[in-house]
Amino acid sequence: MSRNFEAVIGLEVHAQLKTKSKIFCADSTQFDAGDNENTSPVSVGMPGTLPALNERVVEQAIKAGLALNCHIRPVSIFARKNYFYPDLPKGYQISQYDKPICENGSVEFKLQGKAHQIRIERAHLEEDAGKSTHFGDYTLLNYNRAGIPLLEIVSGPDLRSPAEAAEYAKALRQILRYLDVCDGNLEEGSLRCDCNISVRLRGETKLGTKVEIKNINSFRFIEKSLEYEIERQIEAVERGEKIIQETRLWDPDKNKTFSMRTKEDAQDYRYFPDPDLLPVIVTKEALEKFKKEIPELPLARSRRFTEELGLSENDADAIVSEREIADYFESASRMCGNFKATANWIMTEVLRELNESKLSIIQSRITAENLGALIKLIDAGTISGKIAKTIFSEMWTSEDSPEKIIKTKGLVQISDSSAIEKLIDEVLAANTSQVAEFRSGKTKLFGFFVGAAMKASKGQANPDLVNEILQKKLKGGL
Amino acid sequence: MDLIKASLAEISQAVRTKKISALEVTKFFLERSKKLNPTLNAFICFDETAELQATAIDQKIYQGENPGPLAGVPWGIKDMFCTKGLKTTAASKILENFIPPYDATVVSQLKKNGAVILGKLNQDEFAMGSSNENSYFGAVKNPWNLNCVPGGSSGGSAAALATRMVPASTGTDTGGSIRQPANFCGVVGIKPTYGRISRYGIIAYASSLDQAGPLTNSVTDAALALELMCGKDMKDATCSSQPVPEWSKNLNSSMKSVRVGVLKEYMQDGGLHADVQKTVEKSLSELKALGAEIIEVSVPLTKYAVPMYYLIAASEASSNLSRYDGVRYGHRSNFQSLANLELGEFYSKTRGEGFGEEVKRRIMLGTYCLSSGYYEAYYNKAGQVRRLLRDQFIAAFNQCDVILSPVTAAPAFQLQERISDPLQMYLNDIFTVSTNLAGLPGMSVPFGFSEKKLPIGIQLMAAHFQEQKMLNVGLALESISGMKGLVANV
Repeated sequence: MSRNFEAVIGLEVHAQLKTKSKIFCADSTQFDAGDNENTSPVSVGMPGTLPALNERVVEQAIKAGLALNCHIRPVSIFARKNYFYPDLPKGYQISQYDKPICENGSVEFKLQGKAHQIRIERAHLEEDAGKSTHFGDYTLLNYNRAGIPLLEIVSGPDLRSPAEAAEYAKALRQILRYLDVCDGNLEEGSLRCDCNISVRLRGETKLGTKVEIKNINSFRFIEKSLEYEIERQIEAVERGEKIIQETRLWDPDKNKTFSMRTKEDAQDYRYFPDPDLLPVIVTKEALEKFKKEIPELPLARSRRFTEELGLSENDADAIVSEREIADYFESASRMCGNFKATANWIMTEVLRELNESKLSIIQSRITAENLGALIKLIDAGTISGKIAKTIFSEMWTSEDSPEKIIKTKGLVQISDSSAIEKLIDEVLAANTSQVAEFRSGKTKLFGFFVGAAMKASKGQANPDLVNEILQKKLKGGL
Repeated sequence: MDLIKASLAEISQAVRTKKISALEVTKFFLERSKKLNPTLNAFICFDETAELQATAIDQKIYQGENPGPLAGVPWGIKDMFCTKGLKTTAASKILENFIPPYDATVVSQLKKNGAVILGKLNQDEFAMGSSNENSYFGAVKNPWNLNCVPGGSSGGSAAALATRMVPASTGTDTGGSIRQPANFCGVVGIKPTYGRISRYGIIAYASSLDQAGPLTNSVTDAALALELMCGKDMKDATCSSQPVPEWSKNLNSSMKSVRVGVLKEYMQDGGLHADVQKTVEKSLSELKALGAEIIEVSVPLTKYAVPMYYLIAASEASSNLSRYDGVRYGHRSNFQSLANLELGEFYSKTRGEGFGEEVKRRIMLGTYCLSSGYYEAYYNKAGQVRRLLRDQFIAAFNQCDVILSPVTAAPAFQLQERISDPLQMYLNDIFTVSTNLAGLPGMSVPFGFSEKKLPIGIQLMAAHFQEQKMLNVGLALESISGMKGLVANV
């Protein structure tokens, strides 16, 4: 960062919890429903309707809280946040205020090999509002999102750069996906981010005036909007201007933030406990049960893969990026015992095929067990690495096991030295002039003989043996 | 059969045994209601399907089915209850033409038990008022004296019963809105323990205080009506899962060793109208004569009940009424064009036109109480005192089975008498709001008349979920009052 300033950044991430129905009624949460199809008297705030809490939402919030090292409140309270807006059906949003379900946690992540720990101040439950679409002289309202369950995760002001902020958001997304409590789909709005940002001179302990950039829906935009905003603020401070506390929006077309409203317009939300809902009670027993359901999280898993399985840090991080990939890796490597090779095969061949067919790893046409079996066959010398690639493609098409393909196609590696000797004899006999050239010093021709021998064996000869025998024959005379 | 005097059980029994058809019963009450309504203004609208509903009941009976314990009994429904396909206005211009696509749980429960919905009853707008003068559809008259108020907010429900326009009606009670009009009109009205009756589909005024209940012509009818309205509802998180006893079958008017508490704070201030004072004293001496033990109890915090009530009720109301914004349903100001219209203007014009004066007053009061800097001193403090009040009542009920008190300090007052003095109006609720704040059951039983021939009732309160104790004492009072079955002549 330029001119001896540092940025202080905190994020509020709104994660849509992964439930079939909304937080306070039975409306579906399906993303691609028609306009206002996922609504009911409750979600559009008809007179006399009441919220009834979806228990799944609480369970998922508790799991998220535990994974974020939070204290889970034994008693948390829903509160009403009162304000008027056409897409807010009741004139208040049901949220949590002074007694959120999760508090005082932390998230760890790595950025360029360096570990960072960011405090989580709180994570609270709330309902989403509907969506307004403005057209010149009218506005259309879609209440499908009204009542979608959200967990708002608020970090401490601990982030110091746009890259850290984006990496923190990615780490959160990864954890939530590991827990299966949020699909992390940014395009569909199931993860949205507000960034609080201020700048100050290095060494200063007081926080500067913060600006909030609202509703960012991509990691790239987190980074870009913060970069822009930091520059804007530093320039303003250097010009001797005061930063105005305000809410800004990111314009991705102009690569700029612009002011949405200043603090003077800030509303008094008149929070008070929602008398329609009971306090959420989390018993010790329930908490113990949920603790047992928390899977090994990405950071710990990556650490185990490097420390216990000998993967490089890069490989381990790549493998743990998605819980399903890591699971696939563990099943495949358990089968063959070769962790490094398994990681390589997954990161190159498997992910390439998946990308090309636009499939996720759980839809992979090659099961983890079959990949493990393939690697085991290579390590046993039954097939060569080259043949393995052919078999891999065949496995992808046919979904058959490698053993079956080897059997039907006769693709077993030839490791019988007398058979290879015979084959090489034929190659040398057919290429006498090249043999002579080799012996007169043109040793570059060695590759030519290897190629010819492999070709003659239809690629099935054990390449190490071919090398060894060729060396012997060419140097030792016929 | 004499439909003017018949109990709910008798009407239903006669319908089920085909002594009279549900259609005949419905026609009788519909005709009577339509005849009396221009004088009393108790109904906001009649249900055009009432006769069809009755015919459906008759058909069920004809096919050998049992339509339930309310078979063919016509009900009047306070206009706070959403009724599917039937206009539900809360007596407000802002919902003047609102037709809900759903029934309140109470309404569907009544229908399930065979009731016929006759129409929607007048009330104070959004149940805010003690005189029924705050209705967009005009004031309801007291059937015993047309120059007097019927009480509120369930004024239509009480007036309809007093003249037997219907054999039963529903009311809602946030600070006395069932008991006070029942008292002014000489009928029985019950507000059960908070949580007994689902609030789903009942237009919310103050969620932590609102509770529905029945108004009837007798304690036995009230017990039956109440047990059919109560019960767990998954749509209302605050609705209790306590089993609902068969109160009507367990009624017992024996007062031997029943401990009747008298609240020191209610009796000592000397603000009681002489006729009310006499009626209360008479009720106590009669109960004593029947074997009850009269005990003085104290709940000192009742002296703060009215301010507590108005802070809490107004605060919750200010939030509950935010949804009436003209965006999705209800009244919207007649704007020439929405283009270039400030959102704030859209809301203020729509809501400014749609709400009446008292509603606006409470929204503003509540908004103020909840606003930053005042919340702690007002809403929060009121909530803390409220919990202490509840504790004091629980302690008092360790000493007695019921607490007996006046319902209001005086009988029904004149129309227009207090409308310009909100504070005077609010003090009407001095004896009734405490039960709502503490979540206790309370009822009003007619026990006499004033010198000016206006009914005077007695309020009974019981510990949480102890409605039976209250109903039993109510039955005893009713049996010696000579008031049962009296119908006002209009």
